[in-house]
Amino acid sequence: MPTILLREMQKDQSGTITAVKVGGELGRRIRDMGIVPGTRITIMGRAPLYDPVAIRIMGGTLTLRNSEADHIEVEIA
Amino acid sequence: MSTSITIALAGNPNAGKTTLFNTLTGARQHVGNYPGVTVEKKEGAYTFPTGEQASIIDLPGTYSLTAYSVEEVVARDYLVQEKPDVVINITDASNLERNLYLSTQLLELGVPMIIALNMIDVAQDRGITLDAKKLSALINVPVIPIIARSGKGTPELMAAALELAGKSTAWNPLHISYGEDIDLALHTMAQHITTAGFMKECCTPRWLALKYLEGDSQIREKGRTDNPVVDTELQEIVTKVGDHLHKTMETFPEAIIADHRYGYIKSVLRQEVITHKFDIDRLHASDRIDKVLTNRFLGPFIMLAVLLGLYKFTFTYSQLPVTWIESFFGWLSGNLNTMLPDGHLKSMLISGVIDGMGGVLGFVPLIMFMFFGIAILEDSGYLARVAFMMDRVFRIFGLHGSSVMAYIVSGGIAGGCAVPGVMAARTLRSPRERLATLLTVSFMNCGAKLPVLALLTATFFSKNQAPLMFLLTLLAWAVALSAAKILRLTVLRGEATPFVMELPPYRFPTFRGLLIHTWERTWQYIKKAGTTILAISILIWAMMTFPGLPASEEANFAQQRREVTASFIQTPDAPQLQTKLAAIDTARAGSALRHSLAGRIGTAMETVSWLPGFDWRTNIALAGGFAAKEVIITTLGTAYSLGETDQDNNTSLAETLAQDPRWNPVVALALIVFVMFYAPCFITVVCISKESGSWKWGLFSICFNTAFAFSLATLVYQGGRALGFAG
Repeated sequence: MPTILLREMQKDQSGTITAVKVGGELGRRIRDMGIVPGTRITIMGRAPLYDPVAIRIMGGTLTLRNSEADHIEVEIA
Repeated sequence: MSTSITIALAGNPNAGKTTLFNTLTGARQHVGNYPGVTVEKKEGAYTFPTGEQASIIDLPGTYSLTAYSVEEVVARDYLVQEKPDVVINITDASNLERNLYLSTQLLELGVPMIIALNMIDVAQDRGITLDAKKLSALINVPVIPIIARSGKGTPELMAAALELAGKSTAWNPLHISYGEDIDLALHTMAQHITTAGFMKECCTPRWLALKYLEGDSQIREKGRTDNPVVDTELQEIVTKVGDHLHKTMETFPEAIIADHRYGYIKSVLRQEVITHKFDIDRLHASDRIDKVLTNRFLGPFIMLAVLLGLYKFTFTYSQLPVTWIESFFGWLSGNLNTMLPDGHLKSMLISGVIDGMGGVLGFVPLIMFMFFGIAILEDSGYLARVAFMMDRVFRIFGLHGSSVMAYIVSGGIAGGCAVPGVMAARTLRSPRERLATLLTVSFMNCGAKLPVLALLTATFFSKNQAPLMFLLTLLAWAVALSAAKILRLTVLRGEATPFVMELPPYRFPTFRGLLIHTWERTWQYIKKAGTTILAISILIWAMMTFPGLPASEEANFAQQRREVTASFIQTPDAPQLQTKLAAIDTARAGSALRHSLAGRIGTAMETVSWLPGFDWRTNIALAGGFAAKEVIITTLGTAYSLGETDQDNNTSLAETLAQDPRWNPVVALALIVFVMFYAPCFITVVCISKESGSWKWGLFSICFNTAFAFSLATLVYQGGRALGFAG
């Protein structure tokens, strides 16, 4: 299974998070919201200007910017 | 004797915390400081069926107990310092796994707590079955399923709270294993902390050690002041573990800790606590709505339509109650006028008190309708979608998607107030984006500017009032955003902060919730009107009355009256006599106003105010507007009603302005622009200063805004005249 960055994922594509490579405030915020390795995510859609992206995770919907999605690696399945 | 216990409500934003709070306390609540966004502490009273009293605190919604945002710090400080008898942790049953992340941290802190599984009905609709008893047994705290909207399960929840409060056991922190490296470090650090008696009064050694490992800046700062030596020792251990983890696994201590917390949650849920009938990614009704409402092409148009709809709703439906209030105050001043003898008291009551109150209260329906609309957007979840769609745009101006909340509350959807708007900016973590938001939200068309704008547009642009008001909102946005960009490029340079936000499922707002929201904000406005505004209205009346005309001038006018009366001695009933006398009285009143303190200030300002086309009356009104923008209308009204002695003649301010030859659409537009952008009212200035931590920024906003507004108004007036629109 290929591993790609969250930014590169297409709408409606799903996968499992393999790594969240960021520390500090952004890292903490991302983890607080349930974005941790081993969790399944699906791309729900993107804002009118293609950024931010809306993702489905643990049954809820979150949004994050593409620049923040760059720290998240996902194994497509 | 009835005892009173303290119950704190904690939970994720959107988990239904405020709904439960409203259900429990109803109208018996007290909002500290400014409402709008639940940053401030909300307190309410609850009486148990058995007669015991409880004080309920609605903590700000947070996802975590780290010190990521001001809300988290506020919530954590409350728990640690105030030590409530019971914490009710409200969780969204349809999104339990993520909600339990906060619960886990509460367990680690060891507070006496109860978990409320809220929206159990929504979870069921989504095919999620939860075993509350099993969950309760596994994590060793009471778990009660509830539906906060309807109040189902709340008696059981409160009974459990009362029982737990009665036990008053010591705090019992949960110990989770975070893997070998972290556990070892925790153990060593906890020993250091215990030996040194480090921050004893705060919390348990293990929890402190955990916060150090998580890199919690607030706890570290406190630690440094408490004992710098121990702080350094602890920090060394943290650095060592951090380096080790980074070298071996390319990760961070706080990442490992978070992973293990989620691991703990998963291990609990896996033991047949939760079963999903459908695929977890299944599209729910809310997602199908989002497919349309946040559609990349349709979304922005729908958003524009929604905002425009809010306008129509507010302006159309509030008209009738506005007329009622206006006629009531008209009746009141008419009665007082006949009842009281002429003099300063009558003048003060009519021109100061009644006109002041009437001018402000007359707009209460407008503000009420507007807030009702905003409450619908907020409670339904649509406002978060607006932030989502707007973020890319906001980032261009160096702001954050969350800034949209502050802007909207301040009047981005016209009719807000910059005071709660400035408070709403607390959700922003980065000091620079926050400051940029703080300093620019006051450019928005707040509820107090609306009456001024509504009056001027109705008087001079009656045919196009609705579209013009909408254009003025767009103008406010354009100016605020450009100003933010300028600030972020100059005095507030720096990088952008994270934008990770939840899109809550769409929900039908409850009528009760909407009413409470609307009433809270409207009441805030009325309170402001009743106290500050009334005082200022009287003060301004005094400034416009004293000092009176010099004796020689008074004698002069009296002499004129006698001469005119004498010339009509043969025909004392002739209508010309009354007209001539009235003309003299008007001249006298005008002259008196010019002699008053306000008149002198206003006249002095005419040396510069001719540029944007304002006369001394407008100058007085604008100076009064610094106290509160509502005052502009009242002062203008007072200035004109004092100018005409005939108080029975109830021509409204709008008609007076329309008939005044000095006024025309260009002057009106210049004034509109000036009112929109000049110095924020002093209450906002105080808030900006407090929130930014420096009076420097408050002062900055006064000078920066006024200079900007003056230039723009001058441009409008002189440009309009040059193009020949001045009539």
